[in-house]
Amino acid sequence: MQKTLRKYWPIFVLPTMLAFCIGFIFPFILGIYLSFCSFTTVTDGVWVGLSNYTKIFTDATFSHALWFTVLFTVVSVILINVLAFVVALLMTRGIRGTDLFRTVFFMPNLIGGIVLGYIWQMIFNGVLQNYGKTLTYSAEYGFWGLVILMCWQQIGYMMIIYIAGIQSVPRDLYEAAQIDGCGKWKTLWNITLPNVMPSITICMFLTITNGFKLFDQNLALTAGQPANETEMLALNIFNTFYGRTGWEGVGQAKAVVFFIIVVAIALLQLKLTRSREVQQ
Amino acid sequence: MITEKKRGGWFLTLILAFFSVLYLCPIFIVLINSFKKKAYINRYPFALPDANSFVSLDNYAEGIQKINFFDAALNSLTITVGSVFVILICTSMCAWYISRRINFATRGIYYLCLFSMVVPFQMVMFTLSKIADLLRLNNPLGLIVVYLGFGAGLAVFMFCGFVKSIPLEIEEAAMIDGADPLRSFFSIVLPVMKPTYISVGILETMWIWNDYLLPYLVLNLKKYQTIPIAIQYLKGGYGSIDWGAMMAMLVLAIIPVVIFYLLCQKHIIEGVVAGAVKG
Repeated sequence: MQKTLRKYWPIFVLPTMLAFCIGFIFPFILGIYLSFCSFTTVTDGVWVGLSNYTKIFTDATFSHALWFTVLFTVVSVILINVLAFVVALLMTRGIRGTDLFRTVFFMPNLIGGIVLGYIWQMIFNGVLQNYGKTLTYSAEYGFWGLVILMCWQQIGYMMIIYIAGIQSVPRDLYEAAQIDGCGKWKTLWNITLPNVMPSITICMFLTITNGFKLFDQNLALTAGQPANETEMLALNIFNTFYGRTGWEGVGQAKAVVFFIIVVAIALLQLKLTRSREVQQ
Repeated sequence: MITEKKRGGWFLTLILAFFSVLYLCPIFIVLINSFKKKAYINRYPFALPDANSFVSLDNYAEGIQKINFFDAALNSLTITVGSVFVILICTSMCAWYISRRINFATRGIYYLCLFSMVVPFQMVMFTLSKIADLLRLNNPLGLIVVYLGFGAGLAVFMFCGFVKSIPLEIEEAAMIDGADPLRSFFSIVLPVMKPTYISVGILETMWIWNDYLLPYLVLNLKKYQTIPIAIQYLKGGYGSIDWGAMMAMLVLAIIPVVIFYLLCQKHIIEGVVAGAVKG
């Protein structure tokens, strides 16, 4: 079979690989190269060494965006996962209307980030005007606005994954725990949680990377206002590229730093939670 | 004991019902505001339209005309359907091939795909948009190629996960009977993989339909816009927003999504779970 397959690689693999080169590999390599260059388009790069990277540190908006993103990710990851897990626990108890609730909670997930951003901008401004303020009055409002928006969007998605995890815990473990006289909390802590660890791993991974890469919602809700104080990393990089002429190289260097941060966090998190998983 | 549990159950149902209603509120508020005069949307966003504020379908007419909503919707539809179709066919073939013929190159492709899933879009956005421009991919057809390239990682990865679970014997038997690899792929492997096709298709559809930045950077915006891009255009140069048209367009943007969701809810939820387990 290996032999007959050999001749067929142009049909099976080539189309995907060509597109993969255009859409990913080539831009990626060029991106790394250009981060050491000064350029305005991809063909006129002039090697400048590390100066793009040193400029990042003199740019206060970047460190602010990094801090804002980290804070947002921590808060939203905790809130989304805890709430989604609690709802998933309630939904697996066989109460009436579970299917309907699941339908409702999952729905916001299908709505795009731009649309979500404007929906919530209208609502937050509607509430805040009673106090004579708007969403862009201070960065704190923008921060909590984004947190609420992301909770609304993602709780349903994570809930679905947690429900699947909880339902796959073997029933006899619960029976054994009941016979041994385990209380509700002890059962949750010693049986449900360790067995749902794979789901927790994946939900943590998804919420952390979603938080870090957030762009559309950020753009539509506050667009970084007031004075770039609610700008997250992805939007900061976008604005460096397209908002400041002559800063394309710095934008690309920021993108490389951003990429390294995302990969490092993803690997670290996978390692941490994977080590807590139990083999079934 | 039983009655106590039942009462607890009803209590929980009530709480969850309350939160479900709360959850739907934002969409409901957008819907009622889409029938109100602009000034009333800003001042009384939570009031139902009354005789003074009701404008029937004016906001819709204005919004559709302002951003050419139906052109954008048609572009979104072409791009999403085209990309998902191409992604499903190409990546499933690729995934089957690299799982069946293990060597240095195919392993390399597999790990590259895995790697590409973690890379944030900002890393490649500038170079990708310029390369797409150079190759004249700045139209909906070209965008399909770009989506195949950038979306290949997840799709190849998920298909590979499934191909591993298909017993090799069936394919070998088919090949001994004289079927070439193409025939055995399309008549044996493809039907078996139907659930994975649905899962991958759902995940890619959710991504591409709602994607804003990639089409914004790649497409020639004077000629082609998608729904998210068109909606972002309602925001004026100085951040002023025509909220009447905005509300109406948000409703029009949500309607197809809700219809799609209600029609394929079961598959969507299975797709999400499958994607999570494989990821």
